[in-house]
Amino acid sequence: MNVQHPITDDLLMGYATGGLPAAQDLIVATAVSLDDEARARLAGFDALGGALLEDAEPMPVADGALNNVLERLAASAPEDSVHADIKTARRDWVLPRPLRDAVGGDLDAVRWKSVGMGVKQCVIDSSPDGTVRLLSIPAGQAMPDHGHGGSEITLVLQGAYLDGDLRFARGDVEVASEGDEHMPVADLGEDCICLVVTDAPLRFTGLVPRIAQKFLRI
Amino acid sequence: MQQIGSTKGPEPEIFVPFQTTDDAYWSRQLVAVGQERDKHAFEALFRQFAPRIKGFLMRTGLSPAMAEDCMQDVMVTLWRKAHMYDPARATVTTWVFTIARNRKIDMIRKARRPEPEDLPWGPEPEPEQADALALQEDTRRLAEAVAQLPDKQRKLLERAYFGDVTHSEIAAETGLPLGTIKSRIRLAIDRLRHAMEAETRPKTPRLPQD
Repeated sequence: MNVQHPITDDLLMGYATGGLPAAQDLIVATAVSLDDEARARLAGFDALGGALLEDAEPMPVADGALNNVLERLAASAPEDSVHADIKTARRDWVLPRPLRDAVGGDLDAVRWKSVGMGVKQCVIDSSPDGTVRLLSIPAGQAMPDHGHGGSEITLVLQGAYLDGDLRFARGDVEVASEGDEHMPVADLGEDCICLVVTDAPLRFTGLVPRIAQKFLRI
Repeated sequence: MQQIGSTKGPEPEIFVPFQTTDDAYWSRQLVAVGQERDKHAFEALFRQFAPRIKGFLMRTGLSPAMAEDCMQDVMVTLWRKAHMYDPARATVTTWVFTIARNRKIDMIRKARRPEPEDLPWGPEPEPEQADALALQEDTRRLAEAVAQLPDKQRKLLERAYFGDVTHSEIAAETGLPLGTIKSRIRLAIDRLRHAMEAETRPKTPRLPQD
């Protein structure tokens, strides 16, 4: 996997500390699944957490805690997620595992809703913290020109898009902050599928997009 | 401070002979749990880590009762996932930290936190001792670097990991530019990162060298 625009350290550290909103957790876990270099950086931030855990003052555990746990072990089979993954690794998933878990399967399980101009979306989760959605944009087509009232994090899962001089392909992450105006265009070849997290509604700048925004709710 | 990758072999340790062996010891116990379902090893791990997990969880703001419940869940998870533990990728403490952090978030959200997909190869059946030792050494140096941070910086780091403040809030409250914190952390992380990259390299397909 050749990631040109890797996920940033602040998101990785946020994931390691546990301080990210749920919507961002999903995009970080998914991006890390596609980028071993990011995985290594996350492991570094995890190691920092380990160092702090080591330094925390030990607290006495409840009486019988060990027995409690030992009883639960008897009823606990080892988890086999690695082995389950090996069994299914023959297939080329488009959606990495954390996203498959959220969607309930791979791309064919996504319940797309058309939002016009060939663009489809599937809102995975929406809360005051942010909205996480899959977007599918036909090859060669532009996303509506838009700026944001908040931040927008985009992870490419299939195909690619161009934003100005930059090209974002599978595994690449783009972070646009408040006020950025940009116009991503899906690259030729195949439809571009992205995971997008927004923490405030996007403000589209044109009239037609303004209508589209009502349906997109982004 | 040593240069990255200058020596990976065993070095004579004069004043602190116990720390590295501790990590190596706990790592062997956890591998024994994973491979042989060794209950004695598990009990030893429980005695060592359960009070630390609980202390850590209470530092992050959980009540003693919640911290106790969460800790017990973490220990059960440790048992169930031990066969996936790879000592060349994390020390036991780091691994335990990630489980405790995720479990705590699951409890608060009442939903499972998304975690990165496991690497397709999983842990090797016979973990390379040298890889694991090098990682333990790097992690120990990282912990030393954390311990040696100026008080103010260290507190910031603790607040990031123990508290629910955002990184920009930390910067705003102290007037310390975020870049300074980040670059310091990254200096410490870089060493670990190089070790991790060296870890993964032999596992990716490549042409024979000879």
